[in-house]
Amino acid sequence: MTSGWQMVIGLEVHCELKTATKLFCGCPNVFGDEPNTNVCPNCLGLPGSLPVLNQQAVELAMAIGTALHCEIKPSTFHRKNYFYPDQAKDYQISQYDEPLNVNGHLDLPDGFRVGIERAHMEEDTGKTSHAGASGRIHGADYSLVDYNRSGVPLVEIVSDPDMRTADQARAYVTELRAILVASGASDGKMEEGSMRVDANVSVRTAADAPFGTRCEIKNLNSVRSLGRAIEYEAQRQIALIESGEAVVQQTRHWDEGAGRTEALRSKEDAYDYRYFLEPDLVPLVPDAEWIRAVGDTLGMMPAERRARLVGLLEESGGATDAQRDQITTVVDLGLDDLVVEAVAGGVGSGLALARTANEAATDADAARALDPKSYLELLMLEAGGLLSATQAKAVLAELFVRGGGDPAAIARDKGFEAMSEDSLAATVAVAVDGHPDEWGRYCAGDDKLAGFFTGLVMKATKGQANGKAVAAELARLRG
Amino acid sequence: MAGPARLTREDVAHVADLARLHLSEGELDLFTGQLASVLDHAADVASLDLAGVEPTAHAMAVTNVLRLDEPAPCLDRGEVLGQAPSVEDHRFRVPRILGEAP
Amino acid sequence: MSAPRPALETATMVRAGEESAVDVLEHHLAVIDAGEESIHAFNLVLADSARERARAVDARVAAGEDPGPLAGVPVALKDNLCTRGVPTTCSSRILDGWRPPYDATVVTRLAEAGAVVIGKTNMDEFAMGSSTETSAFGATRNPHDTSRVPGGSSGGSAAAVAAGFAPLALGSDTGGSIRQPAALCGVVGMKPTYGTVSRYGLVAFASSLDQIGPFAHTVADAALLFDVIGGHDPLDSTSLHRPTPRVLSVLDDGVDGMTVGVLTEFLDGAAPDVAARVHQAAESLAAAGARIEEVSVPEVTLGLSAYYLIAPGEASSNLARYDGVRYGLRVDAPDTVAMNTATRSEGFGAEVKRRIMLGTYVLSAGYMDAYYNQALKVRTRIIEGFAAAYTRCDVLLGPTAPTTAFAIGAKVDDPLTMYLSDVCTIPSNLAGHPAISVPFGPGDDGLPVGVQLLGPALSEGTLFQVAAVVEAAAPDQPAPRLAAGAAS
Repeated sequence: MTSGWQMVIGLEVHCELKTATKLFCGCPNVFGDEPNTNVCPNCLGLPGSLPVLNQQAVELAMAIGTALHCEIKPSTFHRKNYFYPDQAKDYQISQYDEPLNVNGHLDLPDGFRVGIERAHMEEDTGKTSHAGASGRIHGADYSLVDYNRSGVPLVEIVSDPDMRTADQARAYVTELRAILVASGASDGKMEEGSMRVDANVSVRTAADAPFGTRCEIKNLNSVRSLGRAIEYEAQRQIALIESGEAVVQQTRHWDEGAGRTEALRSKEDAYDYRYFLEPDLVPLVPDAEWIRAVGDTLGMMPAERRARLVGLLEESGGATDAQRDQITTVVDLGLDDLVVEAVAGGVGSGLALARTANEAATDADAARALDPKSYLELLMLEAGGLLSATQAKAVLAELFVRGGGDPAAIARDKGFEAMSEDSLAATVAVAVDGHPDEWGRYCAGDDKLAGFFTGLVMKATKGQANGKAVAAELARLRG
Repeated sequence: MAGPARLTREDVAHVADLARLHLSEGELDLFTGQLASVLDHAADVASLDLAGVEPTAHAMAVTNVLRLDEPAPCLDRGEVLGQAPSVEDHRFRVPRILGEAP
Repeated sequence: MSAPRPALETATMVRAGEESAVDVLEHHLAVIDAGEESIHAFNLVLADSARERARAVDARVAAGEDPGPLAGVPVALKDNLCTRGVPTTCSSRILDGWRPPYDATVVTRLAEAGAVVIGKTNMDEFAMGSSTETSAFGATRNPHDTSRVPGGSSGGSAAAVAAGFAPLALGSDTGGSIRQPAALCGVVGMKPTYGTVSRYGLVAFASSLDQIGPFAHTVADAALLFDVIGGHDPLDSTSLHRPTPRVLSVLDDGVDGMTVGVLTEFLDGAAPDVAARVHQAAESLAAAGARIEEVSVPEVTLGLSAYYLIAPGEASSNLARYDGVRYGLRVDAPDTVAMNTATRSEGFGAEVKRRIMLGTYVLSAGYMDAYYNQALKVRTRIIEGFAAAYTRCDVLLGPTAPTTAFAIGAKVDDPLTMYLSDVCTIPSNLAGHPAISVPFGPGDDGLPVGVQLLGPALSEGTLFQVAAVVEAAAPDQPAPRLAAGAAS
């Protein structure tokens, strides 16, 4: 950040709720189906159709509110009127001045607290694709509309303008995503558009100065582009102000390829949405019992999950910085239960964390589906020296493919039968006898030659020997 | 309480634009007069002092009408697209779109 | 001419196998054949599908099954009720060629009750009008005098019943669109409590005011049809869960001990012959044992203004979807905004455009509070005003429309004067209350006069009960000349 300047950042995050059906009709809420197959009179905006609110969508929205420490309030739906071909009714049903969730907060992993102004429900639009060379709206000859996404339930989470750096914004989105996944409300896939971020950015010269004029940045498709766009936009605004010009309140488009933001429209063009209460829907008034029941179904949130893993590492002298990163990875991927169960079953916390962050994380979906007992058994085989690290990795891959199973049996199938101590000792003895010169140098203190002998043993056993066990036998023979 | 200013020709042109309606000059004049007289009639309502009166948007007080998250049959795509003025690649085809959604 | 046979009687005979549904249908198709050219009640007569349906009803009877309470009874549907695979136009060019892929809930319920849908009736475009003259397909004429309007917006349904084209019809009532044409055509028309009849599949005009209701020759037939179409529907979030009273069973209970309030505000603007009929109806209720009181509900005088802010506001949003993208008319243009604009400008008639613009204006920034929100507060005041009246009265009585049917063309160029036709019917829509119009003899010009009974929410049973007494006391109304020749 240019010295003498401070950024002020607020974020608006839209997330698609993980329901079976759409917000106001029974069409499947599925990404990637054949165009215009998941449609009905309601989500096509056919004359005479009427919306009926999806209870599960409401409860997931309440779960988000609970996870973000919001007040959950009686709320209503409004119509936001504007013409656009992806908007089947040419109005969007959205919560306006009486949203479901208000006044919450989100704590970043470093403890920084970001206020949540509101988290309200609304419906998604259909999807427009543009025909023509560019594939973009500008310069397209015509466009095509698919209404499969029309009416998919969204929650829009609006933060207070509390963030001061792009890093905080990135951390906010990462943490929010983890919360959405942990609460079961959303799959948080930015790349599939199930989580979409808009950033409001302004700059000011001092931390106590009034907020500057802000610009809203759209089309931020990853945490990385969010950070880049904020940095770019802040620099653009600073340059304007320093050259004596004023920042104009605008909506701007992030161009990932060009690495810059472009003006879409200014505030003078602010559209008159003519919000009014949706007459086809009735007020949503959650009572205390309903709110409590939804809260009771909510699992542990990421902050708590991270704290739990940090706790497991206390015995071994506390988490290192590297381990903290591993913890974040494991929790973000929803794999922390595997670590906890493995440690409870007797695996060392360092090994359990490292294997989960490095190996299980390579296929997190498969790892989450794994029976924690299989995972525990696998780590026990490795910890006990019965499988090498390489072998354990191969067995894990097989567990993923099979969707579970008995690790010991898989190891046997693969020929990873751990060698008995006797046959290992015999193989080492053969290697030693065959290379007296090298053995002599090893005995004289040339430790590098341990690798040479281990290599011979591995070759003889086709990699099935446990490296640590070979080293131990060599050391024993040397005396 | 004073009512709002009288409807002008420019107001009518503006709302016609918002409502995606094209009006000829003659229609603009005609509609301005007609709509202004309706709004003049509504001055009795606009000028009432109703501070403290709750608005009624729904005549019957009903809350929490919900459905279960269970899939219902969708429409047949052929039937849906068969109604459309223009279709390509199983999608609704529209002419060039000049800007992003507002 | 003998009065048309009541639907109740027809259904009883068909269920008993004493008359075939096919014969009933053919009779009505013959009446339509003879009279429709001069009336234009229908946008579409469904002779083929009706015959198929009638044969199916007869087959069920032959198989010993009961096809239901409307067995073999022809019913005409206002053309804003969705019928699967059958054009549903709202009498607008913008829905040109559209065939809904689904049935309205009321259409499903009619089918389940054994009714035979005989056609889709003409209406004011998107139900916006009080004369059926705003139809893109030409006006419907009043069977009692073809130089007069049938009222509107459900003028086609009212005329169809009056002309003997169908014993029963469905309409929709947003500000009087069932009751006013019923009065002008000399038939019974009823607007139920908001939420008692599902709106699913009713093409929306003003969602918080729209209700579907019956047209019939008799109060009993209207009750029969209301019983069939009413009841909770999970597809309409505003549908009430309360069991709808079965009104047919209370029709003979009389008015002894009831208090009927004559609503003075409604009489103030009524023509003298219409007002005289209202007083005569009150006297007949008194003779039947009711107590009659004059009642003032001053808030109802604000109804018209509030209505012409609320209904267009909602309509401007409901009619946005007619954009040329997914169904109906498209007028080609180089870009989508131009295409939307060209389509809507060509597809909508003048009255619809007026209301869309009025509604857009009252919802727009800067005017929302002064107009729309203020009108919603007036709505509260009207409900309170009615509530006070209903502490003393069981029902209220007044005219349905200020005058008998007016001449075609008389008001079409003066929107405000046309809007005043609805002054007595609008307050019930704003309050969500039920009301029924019952024919009560001719006015000075020989044309039908309707008297209106209003009740609090869910008072349908009481309303029908009182309406039956009014009906029994009604002076004779000469039958429509057109129908007289064809009706048997």
